[in-house]
Amino acid sequence: MPSRTPETRATSLFMRYAILVLVALIFVFPLVFMLVSSLKPSMQLLSDTSSIRAFLPVGDISLDNYTASFARAPVALFIFNSIFVTSVTVVLNLVICSMAGFSFAFLDWKGKDVMLSIVIATLIVPLETIAIPLLLVVNNLPWIGADGIEWGWLNSYRVQIVPFLSDALTVFLFVQYFRDLPRDLIEAARIDGASWFQIYAKVIMPISGPVIATAAILRFLAMYNQYLWPLMVTQSEQYRPVMVGLQYFFQLNTDWGQVMAYLSMITVPVLAFYLALQRAFITSIASTGIKG
Amino acid sequence: MASLSMKSVRKSYGAVEVIKGVDLDIADGEFVVVVGPSGCGKSPLLRMVAGLEEITAGTMEIGGRVVNDLEPKDRGIAMVFQSYALYPHKTVYDNMAFGLHIAKAPKAEVDAKVKKAAEILKLEPYLDRLPKQLSGGQRQRVAIGRAIVRNPEVFLFDEPLSNLDAALRVNTRAEIAKLHRDLGATMIYVTHDQVEAMTLADKIVVLEGGYAQQIGTPMELYHTPANLFVAGFIGSPKMNYIEVTVAEVSADGVKVAAPDIGEALLPIDPDKAAVGDRATLGIRPEDMRHGKTDGITVSGRVELVERLGHETLVEITTTNGLDLKGIIDGTTLISLGDTTDLSFAAASCHLFDSAGKALTRREVPEVVRARRGT
Ligand SMILES: Nc1ncnc2c1ncn2[C@@H]1O[C@H](COP(=O)(O)OP(=O)(O)OP(=O)(O)O)[C@@H](O)[C@H]1O
Ligand SMILES: [Mg+2]
Repeated sequence: MPSRTPETRATSLFMRYAILVLVALIFVFPLVFMLVSSLKPSMQLLSDTSSIRAFLPVGDISLDNYTASFARAPVALFIFNSIFVTSVTVVLNLVICSMAGFSFAFLDWKGKDVMLSIVIATLIVPLETIAIPLLLVVNNLPWIGADGIEWGWLNSYRVQIVPFLSDALTVFLFVQYFRDLPRDLIEAARIDGASWFQIYAKVIMPISGPVIATAAILRFLAMYNQYLWPLMVTQSEQYRPVMVGLQYFFQLNTDWGQVMAYLSMITVPVLAFYLALQRAFITSIASTGIKG
Repeated sequence: MASLSMKSVRKSYGAVEVIKGVDLDIADGEFVVVVGPSGCGKSPLLRMVAGLEEITAGTMEIGGRVVNDLEPKDRGIAMVFQSYALYPHKTVYDNMAFGLHIAKAPKAEVDAKVKKAAEILKLEPYLDRLPKQLSGGQRQRVAIGRAIVRNPEVFLFDEPLSNLDAALRVNTRAEIAKLHRDLGATMIYVTHDQVEAMTLADKIVVLEGGYAQQIGTPMELYHTPANLFVAGFIGSPKMNYIEVTVAEVSADGVKVAAPDIGEALLPIDPDKAAVGDRATLGIRPEDMRHGKTDGITVSGRVELVERLGHETLVEITTTNGLDLKGIIDGTTLISLGDTTDLSFAAASCHLFDSAGKALTRREVPEVVRARRGT
């Protein structure tokens, strides 16, 4: 390698920052546009798009679009539904998939390898392919409710939660992570007398922060962005999530200001969740000492 | 405290048989070291004792109780891993207390035991630290502390010192020896370091090719190796081998002949030898002297001189192409290319038959019967 002078070092550093800033802007601009536009009346919003004004909070700025969105759709209900369904699903999904991953990685049972390949094979089947059969299934499932057994799961939270309690990608992530953990650790715990469940709960999960955070982010985004499935299974407004709620703003005359206001509101939980987890993610790597 | 006994214990992984039948009896309180080259199955053997690995065939008894189907935790053992295997998210205290917590021991008892182990191992100042905040030697001690806290009947060590630097290794070795004296527990210790084996063991098991090649005290293995493998494995530098033919068998011993040494009468039991047999004479470098003394003399060209101060390692090659190593006095003047003589006493010789099995030596130093510490 040729020796580098301070000048070329500075230039390459500058280039690196320039590229990073550019990439950051590409990701940030749409968000800024959304937020700024949500404050503008539709007419101004559309005319501003041809200039830099699209990204600046100038002109007739107000919260009117937000007020109007609340009048147009039960925004709070939709956000609540989404957060409820998403968080219940993510939490249960992580528990179930990590247990499955634990079993695949550490326990010995007949047919384990075949089973794991089947699970991983389901990765290539998109939800769209199985949506209709799945609909038929959930439509005929029993449920024990307040007034005895009822049939059919449509129009409920559970129909949005149960089908997503496990998924191949999350299982796969856990299996991969667990396989890289030192086996000695598990054997030490077995000698210490820990049961398999105790090993899972007290030895393995506490040092699995990074994979838990990764899986949680992926699951959260996938669940929060669900559209097709809730659209099929929630005919009544009461159980609808945010993405289905977006429809309310695309009827007859689309008011782009209100769309932007609605989008801004439903983006907040995602950002909050992501930022919170990112911090947990970093501290978990730093504190478990897996890295050294 | 417990004795341990293995009867034709075998271990296969699929079609590969790693341990092909090992019989071993360990007395209560004995320190047994298992040595052998890398890949000979030392770890699998130890892990079968621990219950981490299924025993393919044979029986394993600890304290007179067959443990083949017992869980590790029910075998009365504790194990120290080469990698230490400390729980990275738990403090030193919690690492040691984990087993007791699992067993739902009362808090006061846990505290007492952990404090006691910490005291023995001088870990008191570190109880609140995480493993990553410790040095290698300290981690090693925590791993040992975790074993002590379990108050096991048998301690198992799998190459516990191999991740430590040389100085620390010597210290920790001494600490483990002291621990064994203080606790009086049975210990099985796996290593490929023969210095560890010689210094720590009451009894050494040399494992190779799936079999225990020899089981004996360190001095027995050194002075009366059962076969060529053990003879070559114990002792450093390696024993010299000279191909010989049996020339005469008499009540006085076995007379062997080879081009480089002429004829020599060795004090070896003659029962198993017959005139005309091919055999291997073994002589340790440290039993060689410089120059012609009475005994057997070999001369050759000096190919290597390594001066260590108190002693000098020389290697000579004879006109017949035989290489011999000798450790001679450090003040001897000798240089590369010289032709020189190395000699050795007939009583120091080992003789192995054509299958590599040792013939019985008649003159064995008294020290072979010495116990450890005497
Ligand atoms: N879980 C396993 N599955 C299959 N083969 C194994 C397993 N564990 C060990 N073996 C095989 O058993 C043999 C001996 O094992 P191992 O290498 O652990 O011996 P060792 O004497 O402890 O060696 P080292 O001194 O390198 O630790 C090796 O050939 C290894 O491939
Ligand atoms: Mg090993």
